[in-house]
Amino acid sequence: MKKQNLVVIGNGMAGARAVEEILARGGGEIFQISMFGDEPYGNYNRILLSNVLNGSQEESEIFLNPLDWYRDNNITLHAGVRAETILRKSKVVLADDGTGEPYDKLIIATGSSSFIPPIEGLYASDGSYKEGLFVFRSIDDCREIAAYAQDRGRAVVIGGGLLGLEAARGLQKFGLEVEVVQRVGHLMNQQLDPQAGAILKSTIEKMGIRVHVNANATRALGTERVEGLVFEDGRTLSCDLVVVAAGIRPNIEIAKRSGLAVERAIVVDNQLRSISDPNIYVVGECAQHRGAVYGLVAPLWEQARVLADHITGANPNAAYHGSKVATKLKVMGVEMAAMGVSEPQDERDEIVQFTEPRKGTYKKLIIRDGRLIGAILLGDISKAAYLTQAFDREAALPEDRLALLFDLGTPSKQVTVEEMPPDMQICNCNGVSKGALVASVKSGKKSPRAVMETTRAGMGCGSCRKLVTEVVEWACGGQVEEDPSIHYYVPGVPLTKPELIKACKEQNLKSVSQVFRALAGGKEDPASKPGLASLLATIWADEYQPESDARFINERIHANIQKDATFSVVPRMPGGVTNPEQLRRIADVAEKYKVPMVKLTGGQRIDLLGIRKEDLPNVWRDLDMPSGHAYGKTYRTCKSCVGTEFCRFGLGDSTSLAIRIEDLLKGLDSPHKMKMATAGCPRNCSEALVKDFGVVAVEGGKWEIYIGGAAGSHVRKGDLLCTVASENDVLKYLSRFVQYYRENGKYLERAYGFVERMGIEKIRAIVVNDEEGIGERLENDLARCSAAYRDPWKNLLNAPGPNRFNSLLTVIQ
Amino acid sequence: MREITIAPLSAIPAGEGRNFEIAGRKLAIFHTRAGAVFATGAECPHRKGPLADGLVGGSVVICPLHNWKFDLASGKPLLGDCPIETYPARLNEKQQIVVSLP
Repeated sequence: MKKQNLVVIGNGMAGARAVEEILARGGGEIFQISMFGDEPYGNYNRILLSNVLNGSQEESEIFLNPLDWYRDNNITLHAGVRAETILRKSKVVLADDGTGEPYDKLIIATGSSSFIPPIEGLYASDGSYKEGLFVFRSIDDCREIAAYAQDRGRAVVIGGGLLGLEAARGLQKFGLEVEVVQRVGHLMNQQLDPQAGAILKSTIEKMGIRVHVNANATRALGTERVEGLVFEDGRTLSCDLVVVAAGIRPNIEIAKRSGLAVERAIVVDNQLRSISDPNIYVVGECAQHRGAVYGLVAPLWEQARVLADHITGANPNAAYHGSKVATKLKVMGVEMAAMGVSEPQDERDEIVQFTEPRKGTYKKLIIRDGRLIGAILLGDISKAAYLTQAFDREAALPEDRLALLFDLGTPSKQVTVEEMPPDMQICNCNGVSKGALVASVKSGKKSPRAVMETTRAGMGCGSCRKLVTEVVEWACGGQVEEDPSIHYYVPGVPLTKPELIKACKEQNLKSVSQVFRALAGGKEDPASKPGLASLLATIWADEYQPESDARFINERIHANIQKDATFSVVPRMPGGVTNPEQLRRIADVAEKYKVPMVKLTGGQRIDLLGIRKEDLPNVWRDLDMPSGHAYGKTYRTCKSCVGTEFCRFGLGDSTSLAIRIEDLLKGLDSPHKMKMATAGCPRNCSEALVKDFGVVAVEGGKWEIYIGGAAGSHVRKGDLLCTVASENDVLKYLSRFVQYYRENGKYLERAYGFVERMGIEKIRAIVVNDEEGIGERLENDLARCSAAYRDPWKNLLNAPGPNRFNSLLTVIQ
Repeated sequence: MREITIAPLSAIPAGEGRNFEIAGRKLAIFHTRAGAVFATGAECPHRKGPLADGLVGGSVVICPLHNWKFDLASGKPLLGDCPIETYPARLNEKQQIVVSLP
């Protein structure tokens, strides 16, 4: 097939990134690509220009795509050539050097230019800028400023935003006296509120840079050469050099000339296409989507991915829904993070704030309905990673608001990611060091998931994943790629859990293979299979169509695989109660099958370890007890103390309650394993406060219900859900909570993570107060799944499937 | 190369694997849901996990012990740092699995 012509106007970060994404989707086979770039270079990281100016990086270090890259990818680059017009009827782009490039698809990525405020006297008699006046936008600007700054006295930077402050810092390195003038009342008004701006001002002034706020420059002094500035209030400032860094304006002239719809920038639809022409895509700072124009790099990456998905047909349904903007910056050595709004929007919004002006520390959170809608961190940004995530995912915040601002109760000073030595082990399960994570990022892996998959960090118990994510974000220098699959229920089907449940119900999908066919284009992802099987069992109960290949080996064979490929067998022992007859049978089995180890489990049962696959059916027959489900992502066990029958302290019959709980939940699939406990008194011998679900008997015939506790790879005390007056009420709220978790928990999300994510108030509102009116429905759905329970050992003995228990077969011939 | 007829396709449920002893070697044979068959060494190079007990999807298997992941056709590791051996496998006209050994 003949390739289509793809022309890209603009060779900055957006244009080049869009092309990279297109190539990554096989776009090199679909398109013959040519690009126009104003500047005579490859593509470089504009964000790092201030480092070039202040001398901390070489020009060569900030290039993203050198000229070789274009040649290697068969891209025609018109470097230093400006595209002038788009002839949309004949589909040709005309450039200032006479070049005409015909296109089938066009991408506009013209970015923006420096905004020049209306100041009198900026221009010399020949119409060019006066000598000594510069903008700060490109490598060439950097070079010119550096050349001019030698041996000058005083420089003024117009603009107290990020770029202006960076420019000021850079100029200081040349030995100049530097002053910053900001038109409005505080610095970095895009990101900071007045209070934070004032703190930043004093921090910066300590570094020897003077800051003037409410300083509106109206006139530049000097005839051919700039000699000073005059302000609205009559003040004058003499200087030898002026750098204008007063914001940016999208480059939209070519779009206007070509008749595309333009407001503040070029108006695009959800596929990043101009609303005036479906063959023209727009990406980056020159695009206006749902009224928003983004000037930061993260939204641009998101746009580039959607554009590439759509233009290559890799995902014809790809859509951009706008970006939530969160930034982490280092301005003149001062660390800051800002996200969302900087002021409360109405009376619902709650402000949590901390100020320590002398140290230059300021923290402010804006919270609505228990969720973060904005934050400013200045000076100390140790909580930035956590808050950014909470902001991005709209996660419920912990009740203890102080914990949002500080790491409380940590034994020693938190070592920042930056300070960690490269050989420090981050993942203790798979032995992955910080250095190995950084190397993986350097080799091109730009998302936490990609790094985890290549290094195996975080793939063991998972407790280090947050830290791994922080290291990756740090190593990416803010250019971390958002991985959309973190929002999916399983990575192999691009739907969130509610969407997936809806689709399965609407399309009547009852088996895992049907789901892959209907919702994943027939592409099977092995790692996604068990999560889907669990969900379908939750949705369909007895109508679920099981497929053994969709299950992890433990749940195919209903035993727990061991390191030597033998299995462990745990019979059901509700409430941890057994009797001599059972013990005798277990002992007989252990002898008969030469079981290498008999051990008590943490969940009050007996484990027979080291059983050969071939022996499993006979072991089960001889035991004549049902499976204890000690192997699945299911309800596991309900540990209990002896309760009231013998214990002299017992207030409630924890043992019989544990047996009732086990009877209700046995074998139930859930997002992760569920471990429970019942305690007969507040002494809590069965450790009910650190279980996914725990109940504690208290005086007066009452039970306290705790959810979201943990004491494994993660330790957390459960939250008190409610106190009830009967065992029946315990079972009622247990049913509702478990079913709600089964329906809304992400796969492999433990109940403690789920409770933290949703927030205990929300869960209480649904489970106890029944504010959504679904309480009874949840109980019924759980009861239906409970009724569908069959002992899996009996099932397997009746219908094992071909060669289920053979660990080695012989051939026909 | 010599070809050995291993078993009828029905000996392995779709989407799963089984181990076979073939001429003194232990091989894992897989039958994917798409109807393809693959033959590989039986053990994961990492800690000798039984690959035949792994999850299979498309032409990928995940070792049940520590989630190393391999492409069944090429043997290349997709997660992990060491490949597995692969052997050409096909179905004959009687729907039997045939494996070629060197």
